[in-house]
Amino acid sequence: MTRAQAGLLLAAPALVVIAVFFFLPVLAALALSLTDFDLYALADSGYLRFVGLRNYVQLLGNPLFWQALGNTLYFTVVGVPLSLAVSVGTAVLVHSRLARCRGLFRTALFAPVVTTVVAVAVIWRYLLHTRYGLINYGLGKLGFAPIDWLGDPHFAMPAIILFAVWKNFGYNMVIVLAALQNIPEDLYEAAELDGAGAGQQFLRITLPMLGPTLLFVSIMTVAGYFQLFAEPYVMTLGGPGQSTLSVLYLLYEEGFKWWNLGRASAVAFVLFLMMFAATALQMRLGRQAAA
Amino acid sequence: MRRRPATWLVNGALLVVAALTLFPLFWMFAASLMPAGQSSTYPPPLWPSRPTLANYRELFAHAGIGRQLLNSLVIATSATLLALTFNVAAGYAFAKLDFPGRQRVQQILVGALVIPAQVAMLPLFLMLKSLGLVNTLAGVLVPSLAGVFSIFLVRQAALTVPDELLDAARIDGAGELTIFRRIVLPLLTPILVTLAVFTFLGAWNDFLWPLIVLNDGDRYTLPVALASLSREHVQDSELMMAGSVVTVVPVLALFLALQRYYMQGLTAGAVKG
Repeated sequence: MTRAQAGLLLAAPALVVIAVFFFLPVLAALALSLTDFDLYALADSGYLRFVGLRNYVQLLGNPLFWQALGNTLYFTVVGVPLSLAVSVGTAVLVHSRLARCRGLFRTALFAPVVTTVVAVAVIWRYLLHTRYGLINYGLGKLGFAPIDWLGDPHFAMPAIILFAVWKNFGYNMVIVLAALQNIPEDLYEAAELDGAGAGQQFLRITLPMLGPTLLFVSIMTVAGYFQLFAEPYVMTLGGPGQSTLSVLYLLYEEGFKWWNLGRASAVAFVLFLMMFAATALQMRLGRQAAA
Repeated sequence: MRRRPATWLVNGALLVVAALTLFPLFWMFAASLMPAGQSSTYPPPLWPSRPTLANYRELFAHAGIGRQLLNSLVIATSATLLALTFNVAAGYAFAKLDFPGRQRVQQILVGALVIPAQVAMLPLFLMLKSLGLVNTLAGVLVPSLAGVFSIFLVRQAALTVPDELLDAARIDGAGELTIFRRIVLPLLTPILVTLAVFTFLGAWNDFLWPLIVLNDGDRYTLPVALASLSREHVQDSELMMAGSVVTVVPVLALFLALQRYYMQGLTAGAVKG
């Protein structure tokens, strides 16, 4: 067997699977988004009609879509910077020469990342309970009045953001930690000789040296945060008053609760376009910052 | 001596952050051992007055969580074996075996990384429906058969296998598949473990797709079962915490045991990007 034949033989199974179960459905989704596929069509495809861009036009006229879009952007725009700040802060702490038991701390801070999001969201629902939750109990000790975290439209999204930051910050922390270890030590020694304090060293050396890594984790994290679903599904059901309804939640309800698969496909492509635009924007900003 | 306060500050801050991070998991264990109703008292207790396993007994005897634990184990294990089979072979081929069209296929796959999996979800569901795979474990497994990210993870590791080694084996008359099995696979063991841990955790923790495909309690995976249970049993916080323990402990244990491999894969993916 030649090398080329062996290569084809070994690559083909995976490529066929990806073609059949990913590329084909993506193309089908595009076609589906141009039809009125609904519960009737699900029973009998004779009811299927081509409707052009009607699903997209209706979506743009649907206030619920704009609500979901606004909520998803809120979650991303507040959640991602917060999450990255915690990741960088904890990475710097764990990386510090003064830190003891670094491995142990790294593991402890990473633990929430490997947990099951549904299971830990259930925990947080009880921790956030207005009367018996330990979060309000702790805030009470500091003199704050109890907050109806998951029942008040103003606090439900902040509560979900807090939860998401807790769940995810460890992931980027480990990546930033690896990048910190690649910064040459003599840069800091030279800065120290020049009399730069810890704060200046962080701003002038650490942050610029982390630039490419931060761009990478930011792109990945934004893409992940756009796919908000399990947290509101478990913690708030998208409420109260649709204040935590996300785009993916809307897709799920449209597609698998009401069986409007045509409209749901349109939501899927709008989500895709949003994520694509967000990635492109960040890469552009990253290039400008590097120049 | 000047460093002393700074040492206290750094380690003190780490202790506080670690305690805050682990607290929800600690409370999950504590509450799962509380008798029914105890966690909903004021002030909120941190530890059961009389620890009990009643919640676990209730879950396994009446809520059928043993069945769902088994489902999760079967799905995560099968997903891992399937993903290893498909992705390792392809990753090696992309790294070392030049076949016609390889460059172009690789570019298309990189492009595919920007498409979120949810776009494929709706037609995939219709496809499974026509194949009669809705509400089956096989249906849950379909999206995890092969993955672009996993192929690139293996490719990255396979690139470091020296060509001289492969050529020496070829001169000795070894066939390409023998080389893959006897020489390449042993060298790739660390990345195979990494990929296995990633896939297992991913399949175990996955929620949206099993939620869509499965509609029968007996077939539920743990996350789907837990989400449905939490809607029926909102008031039973102790019972729910026992369910969370059952769901989270297997993956936490697996992670702690194979942490080194997991972290390596994580940073390898990042450096590549």
